[in-house]
Amino acid sequence: MRRVLKAPISTAIAIAVGLVVLVGYFFPFPLLDGLLQVALLPWALILAAVALWIGVLNLLYVHWRKVRERQKGSIYSGVLVLALLLTTMIGVGLGLNNTWAGRLFTYVQIPIEMSLMAVLAVSLVYACVRLLYRRFNLFTVVFALTVFLVLLSSVPLPFGELPFLSDTLRPWIAEVLTVGGARGVLLGVALGTVATGLRILTGSDRPYGG
Amino acid sequence: MWGLGFVFVFLVLLLLFAILGKKKKAIFREIPAFKQLINAIGLAVEEGKQVHFSLGRGSVNGPESTSSFIGLSVLERIGNVTCTSDFPVVATTGEGALGILTQDVLRASFRGSKGEYRYDTTLAQISGLTPFSYAVGTMRPVMDERVSVNVLMGHYGSEVAFIGDAIGRGHSFGLAGSDSLVAQALMYATVQETLIGEEYFASGAYLGAGNMHLASLRTQDVFRWMLVLIILIGSALKLMGVL
Repeated sequence: MRRVLKAPISTAIAIAVGLVVLVGYFFPFPLLDGLLQVALLPWALILAAVALWIGVLNLLYVHWRKVRERQKGSIYSGVLVLALLLTTMIGVGLGLNNTWAGRLFTYVQIPIEMSLMAVLAVSLVYACVRLLYRRFNLFTVVFALTVFLVLLSSVPLPFGELPFLSDTLRPWIAEVLTVGGARGVLLGVALGTVATGLRILTGSDRPYGG
Repeated sequence: MWGLGFVFVFLVLLLLFAILGKKKKAIFREIPAFKQLINAIGLAVEEGKQVHFSLGRGSVNGPESTSSFIGLSVLERIGNVTCTSDFPVVATTGEGALGILTQDVLRASFRGSKGEYRYDTTLAQISGLTPFSYAVGTMRPVMDERVSVNVLMGHYGSEVAFIGDAIGRGHSFGLAGSDSLVAQALMYATVQETLIGEEYFASGAYLGAGNMHLASLRTQDVFRWMLVLIILIGSALKLMGVL
């Protein structure tokens, strides 16, 4: 019974809000702009903030359960729970402008993210080599060769830039081949985006309301 | 006005193909990734293994929302298949609102199979709320011994390389797709099967998500041919010095 009542209401709300936003995008009606800015935008912001809190609580619950049930790797979940609680206490208790909150970001968060960025480069090189073993075909060879040539022509070398590679081939790959290919892919993505948006607007796709 | 006209024509064609498509059987070009995914999921259910579905960290009210909605459509299909097995699909997201929708989609799958009492809220997890924390948090279910299929469908950035690398190092089947060009390139290098460009948006049609998905695929094809013609005519006119 709940399903029968719930779906039409959520669908009607989603279609109505979608139409208002779509019409507001194409026609600059002052009344519609007012409705978007006064009503819908604050609602969206409140919803996003509540969703963020629900996300944090979900994260806490999932990892707390792993610790409680002593699942494999629960030590990491324990560290996560402790770090999350400590950061929340400092952030909420002392305020975000507090020195300790700032230090948490400067000396913990930023170094971790930077280290991961550095590791990313290594794992990508490894992945590229593994790709040649895993899926050896013409496309893979072209992919790996392009990566190699662009890298070789971009890195600083002790004897200076490589002639032809740095001044002719790399710009041609980057500005002609890459841009052309990317535009082709993006056109496909844009058409797919419009189709998905219209399916949501017509209510045939309903990722809400069960 | 051009934009509105484009959307209107698109909508008319979409509805037209949806009505006409009911009588006509759809013929697809073969995309091996979908065939392999269906086989891998069937095998996982039979062997008592688990499917992990990553929905990325795209918001539901930004430009990347359509990518998340495609992921949710596919998750619904996989949820329906796996919800009766011993180990139902486990989904990870990196955004709060998307996490709520994921819970809703999975709960609906269980409800549809009259097994809502079996639904566990930890099946839809928010594994991190920043790009790298999401990637690191998602690596745990990816490397879980029980997981034999990993599906990545949603909006990602460069952090997807970590998740793809974790899939590549294991023995599980991996399929990945995204709207982001950066993510597509990294997925191609790291994951077994990658959906490029519009293939990602065709996922619903290939996995039997309904008539409207088939209709939108046909509409996209019509517009794609029109764009090809416009580009060719434009290039020819430019070469002739008219433009």
